[in-house]
Amino acid sequence: MERTNYKQEINMTQPLMNRINELMSHYPADKKKSALLPILHEVQDAHENWLSAELMDKVAEILEILPIEVYEVVSFYSMYNQRPIGKFMFEFCHTSPCCLKGTEDLMDYTCGKLGVKVGEITSDGLFEVKGVECLGACGYAPMMQLGDFYKENLTEDKIDQLIADCRDDKIILHDK
Amino acid sequence: MSKKILLDKINVPGIKTYEVYRQNGGYASVEKAMKAMTPDEVVEEVKKSGLRGRGGAGFPAGLKWSFIDKKSGKPRHLVCNADESEPGTFKDRYLMEFIPHLLIEGMITASFALGANLSYIYIRGEYMWVYKILERAIAEAKAAGWLGKNILGTGYDLELYVHCGAGAYICGEETALIESLEGKRGNPRIKPPFPAVSGLWANPTVVNNVETIASVPWIVNNSGDEYAKIGIGRSTGTKLISASGHVKNPGVYEIELGLSVYEFMNSDEYLGGMSSERPLKALVPGGSSVPILPADLIYKTANGEDRLMTYESLSDGGFATGSMLGSGGFIVYNDTSCIVRNTWNFARFYHHESCGQCSPCREGTGWLEKVLWRIENGQGREEDIDLLWSIQSKIEGNTICPLGDAASWPVAAAIRHFRDEFEYHVRFPEKIKNRNHFVTEPFAQVKHLVGNQTV
Repeated sequence: MERTNYKQEINMTQPLMNRINELMSHYPADKKKSALLPILHEVQDAHENWLSAELMDKVAEILEILPIEVYEVVSFYSMYNQRPIGKFMFEFCHTSPCCLKGTEDLMDYTCGKLGVKVGEITSDGLFEVKGVECLGACGYAPMMQLGDFYKENLTEDKIDQLIADCRDDKIILHDK
Repeated sequence: MSKKILLDKINVPGIKTYEVYRQNGGYASVEKAMKAMTPDEVVEEVKKSGLRGRGGAGFPAGLKWSFIDKKSGKPRHLVCNADESEPGTFKDRYLMEFIPHLLIEGMITASFALGANLSYIYIRGEYMWVYKILERAIAEAKAAGWLGKNILGTGYDLELYVHCGAGAYICGEETALIESLEGKRGNPRIKPPFPAVSGLWANPTVVNNVETIASVPWIVNNSGDEYAKIGIGRSTGTKLISASGHVKNPGVYEIELGLSVYEFMNSDEYLGGMSSERPLKALVPGGSSVPILPADLIYKTANGEDRLMTYESLSDGGFATGSMLGSGGFIVYNDTSCIVRNTWNFARFYHHESCGQCSPCREGTGWLEKVLWRIENGQGREEDIDLLWSIQSKIEGNTICPLGDAASWPVAAAIRHFRDEFEYHVRFPEKIKNRNHFVTEPFAQVKHLVGNQTV
């Protein structure tokens, strides 16, 4: 379990709590823990896309489970972030079918354009480039996940446009 | 045009919505099953259809259903496996995104057949926008009376929910999926007990792939016998194939099982041939786990028969000269592709996705990745090729779940069919420095160098 000094402001708003309660209602009353994965997604989305230990403790409290039961899940699944990440995380699928269509070259291009290496956040905190495993979009490569959505059949021009749109705040990250 | 039963209405404008789906005959199978059939009769039709699990394993769906424990009196569950993550596979996403009500109709009819009152669709977390599409479609179906209490006045109750994962290939394995649905790490369970006896919350559970469940409405509407007339032999019905790589028209296609691989590859109705003038080098026909086939074993089997898109024909010759239909993830490679790099990439995938429970897989996949990387990176040793063979043979069959096998098979097949390419990497490290080394100089042009040098 990665423990860091990053600080996170916890804000369990009423709409978020309503959604959490709705998700819990999808499972039998004595099986609330089943709602853990969907709830973590909602909580993470509402907290700048990462989960501090304190936030995980909060989720444990809501579900009436031990904090370790949340930590062990968060550390297992790749979509939960345990540290602050770039606001716009470009998650390129870098599994072979995508690489056949030039993903590695396009990732190099994107990193060069942003002046970062894979895994680094730009100094303004806006961008991060990451390689992730198969996203199930092999026929539409190269592609990336950005928030809840896929950006497919990417080219250098489309990357330029995407970066511009992110800077202009024209990108919707979550479908709420 | 071959027969379509899943995607036949995909181009109807508005088919995503309940109204249009219903106007086009949607939900008829629910009415027929609940009003004119018993649950066991529905199971019987699915058995007769010969429908086989479309997630990759190809186990007969009706038989799987018949194993569900109805005697214990425990609540039963149907769980749809929408955790599509096998590299090369993107068919379920297409179906759920563009005709979500077909899956929901199938879930209701199949839940009725199994006597399940609480069912789930487990979708991978990355398909978040599809999760929302399904949530909305379920709400529409419920508002129209297809879900909830006393459906169609039959006294049958069903609640259906979508549940999202969070990025773990292993959750496509049915017991890992169940663990994940219970809010835990996706560690596969030891079988037996099988989910049909002890699955979700220790209740009898059936886990089926999206495409399998989406085939049920047609079978109920038209009968299992009619479904069994489509296809060839034990490969009945249609199959969604997701095609990627160096082809002209990548995408998702519904084919009648029995179509020839040649026609699928080259006909304009399907892939339309290669994407450039570069020739075909290799094919992975059923997702990254299945053995890769070299060019001379793609269109013809080792016996010289036409290779067909069926479970039997694609596996003809066993692993020596055949492969598997698997999930239908059809990945095409032209001669600019490097088989070593592709194999390393897949090994990295399996290493990343290993849950870590079983030592042979946890450690072995890491070894495969590292040894393959040093070969691809020009630091390979002659004995590394035999080392890879040894590692994969020690993972296969020695793990709780099939991820170990899935990691081993691609490595074994690559060495079996492309050993000279590995040897080239080891002996000519200066020629493979650039990762696109075969783009400028395809292996066929330098292959003679390997033959000239003895070790």
